[in-house]
Amino acid sequence: MAGKTLFDKIWDAHVVKSVEDGPSVVYIDRHFVHEVTSPQAFAGVRARGIKVFRPNQTFATPDHNIPTLEQHLPIREELSRHQVQTLAKNCEEFGVTQFGLGHPYNGIVHVVGPELGITQPGMTIVCGDSHTSTHGAFGAIAFGIGTSEVEMVLSTQCIMQPKPKKMRINVEGQLGKGVTSKDIALYIIAQLTTGGGTGYFVEFAGSAIRSLSMEARMTLCNMSIELGARGGMIAADEVTIEYVKGREYAPKGADWDKAVAYWRTLHSDADAVFDKEYTYKAEDIEPMITYGTNPGMGAGITANIPTLDSIEPASHITFNKSMDYMGFAPGDQLIGKKVDYVFVGSCTNGRIEDLRMFAEAVKGKKKAANVVAWIVPGSRQVEKQAKEEGIEKILNEAGFEFRQPGCSACLAMNDDKVPAGMVAVSTSNRNFEGRQGPGSRTMLASPLTAAAAAITGVITDPRTII
Amino acid sequence: MPIEKFTTLESTFVPLPIENVDTDQIIPARFLKATTKEGFGNNLFCDWRYEKDGSPKKDFVLNNPIYSGSVLVAGKNFGSGSSREHAAWAIAGYGFKVVVSSFFADIFRGNALNNGVLPVVVSEGFLASLFDCVNKDPKAKVKVDLEAKTITNMTTGVVESFEINSYKRNCLLNGYDDIDFLLSIKGDIEAFEKNRQN
Ligand code: SF4
Repeated sequence: MAGKTLFDKIWDAHVVKSVEDGPSVVYIDRHFVHEVTSPQAFAGVRARGIKVFRPNQTFATPDHNIPTLEQHLPIREELSRHQVQTLAKNCEEFGVTQFGLGHPYNGIVHVVGPELGITQPGMTIVCGDSHTSTHGAFGAIAFGIGTSEVEMVLSTQCIMQPKPKKMRINVEGQLGKGVTSKDIALYIIAQLTTGGGTGYFVEFAGSAIRSLSMEARMTLCNMSIELGARGGMIAADEVTIEYVKGREYAPKGADWDKAVAYWRTLHSDADAVFDKEYTYKAEDIEPMITYGTNPGMGAGITANIPTLDSIEPASHITFNKSMDYMGFAPGDQLIGKKVDYVFVGSCTNGRIEDLRMFAEAVKGKKKAANVVAWIVPGSRQVEKQAKEEGIEKILNEAGFEFRQPGCSACLAMNDDKVPAGMVAVSTSNRNFEGRQGPGSRTMLASPLTAAAAAITGVITDPRTII
Repeated sequence: MPIEKFTTLESTFVPLPIENVDTDQIIPARFLKATTKEGFGNNLFCDWRYEKDGSPKKDFVLNNPIYSGSVLVAGKNFGSGSSREHAAWAIAGYGFKVVVSSFFADIFRGNALNNGVLPVVVSEGFLASLFDCVNKDPKAKVKVDLEAKTITNMTTGVVESFEINSYKRNCLLNGYDDIDFLLSIKGDIEAFEKNRQN
């Protein structure tokens, strides 16, 4: 018998029951909730007249709707305020821990879980949010679910899922200067398209992946959903164990030793078989940027936008629609395009390393006058650390505004909206039409590329400024 | 909560030959502030459907009265993007019972099924011929038979089978959902938890 993959080992340990010619009943260790996708689920639990089955395995934090300025004041916009209050009420009623607005642990759900050590290797983790894939960086099975499934987890601590197929993506070698894990993500998605991972759970492996920090691994797994995959994961190693150690919710004492011993067994066996496998060379990856309206429409920053003859005829309508929306023409050069907004933040690139990277690059320089920039930490803890490390000071001196944590312009549910027709270089994960505000034009990139755009006012190769 | 039972459906259909239709297009994020499941149908495809002042955009298919029916036929990779179930609520709320495409994003597919909307995956050729038929005759029809797991292009008579596992098929045929099932096996779940601790 062939060996098991990392995914198999964790999945198999969590199957409560298999339904004949149907999905498996999968037990969930950790459940995260936020204000947007949970109210209907809590209402469903209430309507059934039952309790939350395991309230101590669910953690809540409002993030999508919250303002990034003046968080001590009541939320001005009525619907947002109502949604955030509804989350607080539901958590109270059902006995779920909530890191509410103003709580020192508040922040984007996918930043908060790992930094508190709630996210651990070997776990099954779900949240009503597709970027739950972020937590896979710890060698966990983590994926986004819909609200019906949120209700399932609240009611029974289980969901019903068919077992996905398995894919391994290896990145070997050494990343070049100015190339980050965000670039690896955008590169892979550009290679495989946004449907390339559909039906699969991806394991990222190879020497370039192993060399990434924990936070960089989170950026990569975060974007695995943009590949269409159910999720992405990276086997836990010393980097992972070191990161989890000592965090608030991490196991302690003898439990810690036991947990670590188990985590060390969680890797794909040498003879494990994947349904699909790809290998890329780290040296081939340039700093990347997207030019279109899905994350797969990305290219190396020195490249030009593809011309129509390199695109399948069947996709021309879609491609042209995308170019019209962005105000670009096929064949255009990317470098030198004018930039109006820069957004640094989100569950993809809103962690302390991202802020450090950005601050390092803009230190002693000045923000371009034509650019509006929002620098938004992923959590209160990240905000605090950034202040302590002097990052806020560097940003202010360079003319940047450091805001309070939240999802912010990643999906523009709060006031942080990019106006119609404006081009934003964004460290978030989606460049869909209207994602950052109706009519907004998004170009996804790393914090370094965002820094280069912010100080020059145009798309600029980050390798020229570091 | 019970979902509506589904057996067979014969209907005209609405063509949306655009690929990679993502959840932000199906229901833009600014509509996600609701705390109930109602009312999303009015904002389905909002930014494609309405002008800034709220008047309908004439060239968008949902505003074209020659197309009708409870089946949406869309280009490949439908429903990519976020896990928001609001997209499925919008599709269901508008009155669609079936979405046909050659490829669906995983999460959307599951969400649709949990809300009594049947995602039907057809071949590229079958999809192209549906677009072709509706181009020539907006009253072209499809027939979807869940029991037999088939979809028929009523213009050409071509029948294709589609995949759905028998558990999910039974849920739809009988109008029950996953939570009903999970609650019925709570004993197994508790036993599982106990075993793990040992
Ligand atoms: S930062 Fe963006 S992608 Fe991440 S959870 Fe918030 S809205 Fe979703």
